[in-house]
Amino acid sequence: MPQIIKDGVVVEDTWIHLSNEQIEQDGLPDSGDVIVPLSVWQAQKEVLLKRDGAVGVCLAPGEEPAAIAADLPRLSLVAVSFPAFKDGRGYSYARELRTRYGYKGEIRAVGDVLRDQLFYMHRVGFNAFAVRADRDIHDALNGLKDFSVTYQGDANDPRPIYRR
Amino acid sequence: MYVYRSHDQQLLNERVAQFRDQTRRYLDGQLSDDEFLPLRLQNGLYIQRYAPMLRVSVPYGMLSSTQLRALARVARQWDKGYCHVSTRQNIQYNWPALEDVPDILAALADVEMHAIQTSGNCIRNVTTDEFAGINGKEIEDPRPWCEIIRQWATFNPEFAYLPRKFKIAVNAVPDEDPALIGVHDIGVQVLQRDGETGFRVLAGGGLGRTPMTGEVIGEFVPWPDLLAYLEAILRVYNKYGNRDNKYKARIKILVKALGAEKFRALTEAEFAELKDGPMTLTAEEVDAMRSHFSAPAYDAIDDQPPALQDALASDKAFNRWYHTNVTRHRQAGYAAVTLTLKKTGRAPGDITDEELEAVADLADQFSFGEARTTHQQNMVLGDVRQDQLFTLWQRLDALGFATPNLKLLTDLVACPGGDFCSLANAKSLPIAEEIQRHFEDMDYLHDLGPIDVNISGCMNACGHHHIGHIGILGVDKKGREYYQITLGGRGDKTSRIGEKLGPSFDTEQVVPIIARLIDLYVEQRQPGEQFIDTYERLGIDPFKERAYATDH
Repeated sequence: MPQIIKDGVVVEDTWIHLSNEQIEQDGLPDSGDVIVPLSVWQAQKEVLLKRDGAVGVCLAPGEEPAAIAADLPRLSLVAVSFPAFKDGRGYSYARELRTRYGYKGEIRAVGDVLRDQLFYMHRVGFNAFAVRADRDIHDALNGLKDFSVTYQGDANDPRPIYRR
Repeated sequence: MYVYRSHDQQLLNERVAQFRDQTRRYLDGQLSDDEFLPLRLQNGLYIQRYAPMLRVSVPYGMLSSTQLRALARVARQWDKGYCHVSTRQNIQYNWPALEDVPDILAALADVEMHAIQTSGNCIRNVTTDEFAGINGKEIEDPRPWCEIIRQWATFNPEFAYLPRKFKIAVNAVPDEDPALIGVHDIGVQVLQRDGETGFRVLAGGGLGRTPMTGEVIGEFVPWPDLLAYLEAILRVYNKYGNRDNKYKARIKILVKALGAEKFRALTEAEFAELKDGPMTLTAEEVDAMRSHFSAPAYDAIDDQPPALQDALASDKAFNRWYHTNVTRHRQAGYAAVTLTLKKTGRAPGDITDEELEAVADLADQFSFGEARTTHQQNMVLGDVRQDQLFTLWQRLDALGFATPNLKLLTDLVACPGGDFCSLANAKSLPIAEEIQRHFEDMDYLHDLGPIDVNISGCMNACGHHHIGHIGILGVDKKGREYYQITLGGRGDKTSRIGEKLGPSFDTEQVVPIIARLIDLYVEQRQPGEQFIDTYERLGIDPFKERAYATDH
């Protein structure tokens, strides 16, 4: 079973992350927790909710949290994908999920997720990281500890340094 | 100036450790070129034509003498004995070895300096008027606001992977634009209304491939909301800026595409959520920042002391320098002195290790131990007693820093160009040198009056050619270097984009063409008119006609 970083530790990943193609080809699995693309969620909400297992939605760049704002109470996980780590839209999406919509569930970074971006990702609200498969996940864990000082408030503590 | 608190230093030390580890992993092959690229860029490290280039941040241009000496040491120990003042008030080294950079950063961290976010698609160094805090015309000192913005921008987790680079400048002088806020991604104009500080916030200005001036997005943002408003703009940009085409990725393209109205509406929607939240600035924080920039211990003395008047009357060369390179000060009896780093035959803005140390000594002796860098690639000693100007001038003259050409035609601004930069289409330094050689007659130069000449080796416009009264842009045509000339740009009272004169010129035509343009100005000027005034009165046509006339 693949591993992810969740809440600061390496754990087994119990979710099945499905692409559009996989779902078109094989349909949804009968049971188990699944992460599906936004389009699948929007088209098959009721079906997904009736299954045996939790549902997570994956937002690609360009798919803003507003699209699932009303659904958040029913979602146990929101994944935000980074097809390329240099595309920073997902940072604002995670921040919005936490601060605008008050989402408390798991927010997971998926895709081109690497050690040197984890510190920032954690600060904007990600608490889970599916580190790219060809990288050492235990090494990536170090990325969460790059700094002990921050100037701005963030998703974990909204107070900037001048209010702490 | 801002003095680090323990957490600032801690952060810097952690940054050095982080980059040391990133460099090690890159050299070990654990990080690919592509993965290391944004990491090194966000630490100011470019891979240039011959060697990496390291850009060191000089927040809003302020340097202590201790920092100047550290910059000198870096130049001597890890570079070829010199560095370069950039058009965004930073310091660049052109020859460091990649593997030495962590040690250089550690040496800089010892004097509260760094290269954080001096490049890459993130929020860059915040810049302002080089006479900030001493300019009698300003509403208030903009530097506390610059520092507040700097801290908000430093390692801001949400805005480290923007569509493109992002530059913010702050100006506190009404009806002038010494910080070029009109051509920044965000320009912040300090205002006062009913005794309360606030800001007019512009967005969408920028030079580069598609130059334009910014649109007013926030008419009056009260001071407690400054950071919330900036954050709102950045969030809109981060979400909606173009990421498919790097030439369309700056915020100016987004503002233009949406229109100022729509961009403002999106910003206001984000801002509504942030307003009165935890980002709201507190009076305590602003006061703390202001206390870092309190006036030095000025002596109570009068303007125009006898020592100055005597020297002005008796020494012609000093008199000339005084009238070009000395700037009025808000404090009676003091003046600001600009050292032009424009020696003919040397790249504009270049300064050697020994010169840096000499400037440090002069800063200690004459200017409360502080110096400033300017976006026109010069340095300033900001707080000099007027009765010491003559002594200082003699010392500067001996160092070759007293050329009385501030704002004159030979005080030109140029990027490093094709000699160093791998992005450049053409060389800029030889053009700069030719112009300086051609116009070396000081009487003639003074007669011509202020003329801004800006040279960029490519579209990226590091030499700010769009805002030069005369702008020169290097272009590549089938492997040959050509130069396009623009006229009427402004980066003085206002920021304005220049107009293209016409087809580009061969390398050897550039100086003769500029001479023709200058001749036309001399023929046509009315009493008291500067080059830019005559240009604005006549329009571009007569200049075009003269430049392309075949009978010359």
